[in-house]
Amino acid sequence: MKRFADLYARLDETTSTSRKVAALADYFRDAPDQDRVWTIALLSGRRPKRTVTATRLAEWAAARAGIPMWLFTDSYAATGDLAETIALILPPGPGGDDRGLSDWIDTVRALAVADDAGKQAGVQAAWDVLADRERMLFNKLLTGGLRVGVSQKLMTRALAQATGLAEADLAHRLMGDWDPARATWAGLVLAPDPGADLSRPYPFALAYQLDDPPESLGDPADWATEWKWDGIRGQIVLRGGDWHLWSRGEEVMTDRFPEFARLADYLPPGTVIDGEVLAWDRAADAPQPFAALQPRIGRKSVPKKLLADAPARMLAYDLLEWGGQDIRARPFADRRAALEAAVAALPPAAPMGLSPLVTAPDWAGIAAARDQSRDRGAEGLMLKRHASPYGVGRKRGDWWKWKVDPFTVDAVMVYAQAGHGRRATLYTDFTFAVWDDSGGLVPFAKAYSGLTDAEFAEITAWVRKNTTDRFGPVRAVRPEMVFELAFEGIQHSPRHKSGIALRFPRMVRWRRDKPAAEADRLETLRALLAKG
Amino acid sequence: MATPLLQPTDRGLWCADGDFFIDPWRPVDRAVITHGHSDHARPGHGAYLTTDAALPVIRRRLGALQADTLPYGRTVTMGGVTVSFHPAGHVPGSAQVRVERGGEVWVVTGDYKTTPDRLSEPWEPVACNTLVTECTFGLPVFAWEDEAAIAAQINGWWAQAADEGRVAMLGVYALGKAQRVMTLLDPDIGPILTHGAVEEMTAILRAQGYALPATTRVTPDLPKAALARALVLAPPSALGSAWARRFGAVTDGYASGWMRLRGVRRRRAADRGFVLSDHADWPGLNAAVRATGATRVLATHGYTAAFSRWLAEQGYETGVVATAWEGEALDRAPDPSDAVTE
Ligand SMILES: [Zn+2]
Ligand SMILES: [Zn+2]
Repeated sequence: MKRFADLYARLDETTSTSRKVAALADYFRDAPDQDRVWTIALLSGRRPKRTVTATRLAEWAAARAGIPMWLFTDSYAATGDLAETIALILPPGPGGDDRGLSDWIDTVRALAVADDAGKQAGVQAAWDVLADRERMLFNKLLTGGLRVGVSQKLMTRALAQATGLAEADLAHRLMGDWDPARATWAGLVLAPDPGADLSRPYPFALAYQLDDPPESLGDPADWATEWKWDGIRGQIVLRGGDWHLWSRGEEVMTDRFPEFARLADYLPPGTVIDGEVLAWDRAADAPQPFAALQPRIGRKSVPKKLLADAPARMLAYDLLEWGGQDIRARPFADRRAALEAAVAALPPAAPMGLSPLVTAPDWAGIAAARDQSRDRGAEGLMLKRHASPYGVGRKRGDWWKWKVDPFTVDAVMVYAQAGHGRRATLYTDFTFAVWDDSGGLVPFAKAYSGLTDAEFAEITAWVRKNTTDRFGPVRAVRPEMVFELAFEGIQHSPRHKSGIALRFPRMVRWRRDKPAAEADRLETLRALLAKG
Repeated sequence: MATPLLQPTDRGLWCADGDFFIDPWRPVDRAVITHGHSDHARPGHGAYLTTDAALPVIRRRLGALQADTLPYGRTVTMGGVTVSFHPAGHVPGSAQVRVERGGEVWVVTGDYKTTPDRLSEPWEPVACNTLVTECTFGLPVFAWEDEAAIAAQINGWWAQAADEGRVAMLGVYALGKAQRVMTLLDPDIGPILTHGAVEEMTAILRAQGYALPATTRVTPDLPKAALARALVLAPPSALGSAWARRFGAVTDGYASGWMRLRGVRRRRAADRGFVLSDHADWPGLNAAVRATGATRVLATHGYTAAFSRWLAEQGYETGVVATAWEGEALDRAPDPSDAVTE
């Protein structure tokens, strides 16, 4: 575990991307095979399940440290992290144990089937041999909470540096359904069987938001313009007579969208299409708002009524594999032509259409189209260079998203709650209200991001001095602070007292200049409903 | 019942019989001062009494003042109350205050640290009936590693930065922490540069005879070559400021007891956090209470509620005394009293 703890410390102590990658690459060069596999798993969100409850762990730790439970609770409140609190209060650990990460994960997994006394004995035996920082990681493995601040993309880059394999290949290999308990370094990374996983999607190409004027991109004739639909980005993988639908978050959504099964009847095996899954309004032949799709995301299977109310359709953006060939390196214009041909062959009833291109002679025309995005149910535009390949992950230069400006509202903070992890000692989660017709404040949105740590620290001090009531971890505060919230959409919501629900609300500015009385009114938000 | 020997007031801890205050935060006629940190030595008092070793810094900070000093251990009598200073191990010259009246002894710790360093006069337990103790780090999560281990971490970080052509910049409190770090640094790695605020305190202590390595003050005309392989000691507020930009490629770190907490370390967004405090840790606080033989313990500043409840459960008579002392400042970081701790 020492080696993994060293890696964790190196990653933790720098904010520099290149240093994180260098630390990981060093580790991937010479750590034991099975430890490397588990490290890949942990860094791609494949954590072992929780085997011990937080409550029991806290009790055992307090007993081991010889302190009463209330003092443990006070200590936990100060650190904000259970695994860390335990590591810090136990008597100093000896360290020097030479079992590696995978051995310890085996230990953790074995505890899952032990009885309570067995779990306690196993956990204490581990605490007795591990050094302080190794203990913290062990505790996080036990509670299923180990997160490492490195994106999968950086991990893949480090793996590429360590192995000499191409980053894009590795990204592809590491996608899909694999089990770190059974995978081997050789099988997973070095010599994967190309037929082993017919369901495997390609890494999604992502784009940055265009902040500069579009003229900065040069000649508009070099660019293809598409609508950026407001649904779920997905990849349909048709291979070997089977089909799979993947989300951008590498989640299999196949069972949730059975209507796409028919695509296998019309498209040949060896086809992979990137597109947007939308709830379709058949009468209007247009996408329904995102809210209509929402009930389909949360469930594993779909009731008939939902299939009828919110039938799914994919608007296709890009063709990644055709005739079993990976064509991602070909220019977008070529892929688009092939995609158009493939989709044109589909019967009208097929659950897939082409996402249309926006054509305009100049940037002014493209900007005018962007202004119509909301009316069409789109979030804005995508700009793709005709010559561009289908990249891996987020890249600058060839693809840009050019979203419409968000809606904004000035709202009053009415409740505050402490954040988690890094921000556990700060109040960061706020509930906001606007004025209703009767002159009262009606809560309508929660937001927890968008301010700096320094601002959160200042607000935390204010919250403590201006608390009017407490409900568990939530504090009601004097309705005095005004914040500008941005959001992407607004919907009717009978479930909320305000009657509305926002999409992606976040704080953009602390309006120190604005008294609460000048915050926005509910009717202003209602007026946006037609657009949102 | 007779008046207590010391009692809290809105100006500070007051001894009625001796008519003096200990580290008062509002102007008083007679102030007994434990050390030169600004939350303890404040301007505007009529007369100051402090240790020989603490006075030069206090004079520099507060200007002309009416002051008497005592060496550690020597007593002076004020209105039938005997007063003496005893080493607190916090910063050079820092003291605990022993107050005795008719055989009853109170000790006010001021800020203190029980483990020795290479600079401060080492803390000594002083037998007493009532102990007024700070508890900045009065929770069991705070336990310090050996100073030598921290020294190795700092020197390792510095040497690596030097090899990579980066300046290592460490945020440290200008009085005490900065000089203590100097005693831990390996001068073979490179030159030690100082921010003006740090150099000012360092020069005073050096003139008093404390053994400190050579340092160079950072000035606008300092040649670029002087930055090669350098470690810069600066107040935490200077890190990330316009002042820090002159150094080019920098790796920054903080040295503070608060760095024990990963959340605080990450919130500072520095490259490294070194757990180095001039306050007592949890084991130190407990050892100090035991060593004094006190039966009554009054906690002030820090995790007072937790520490006094803990001691009450061990059978001590306990209480909490409010003071305006601040403990270990991490400027601009949320004060622990602002953290979500209840
Ligand atoms: Zn101090
Ligand atoms: Zn202090």
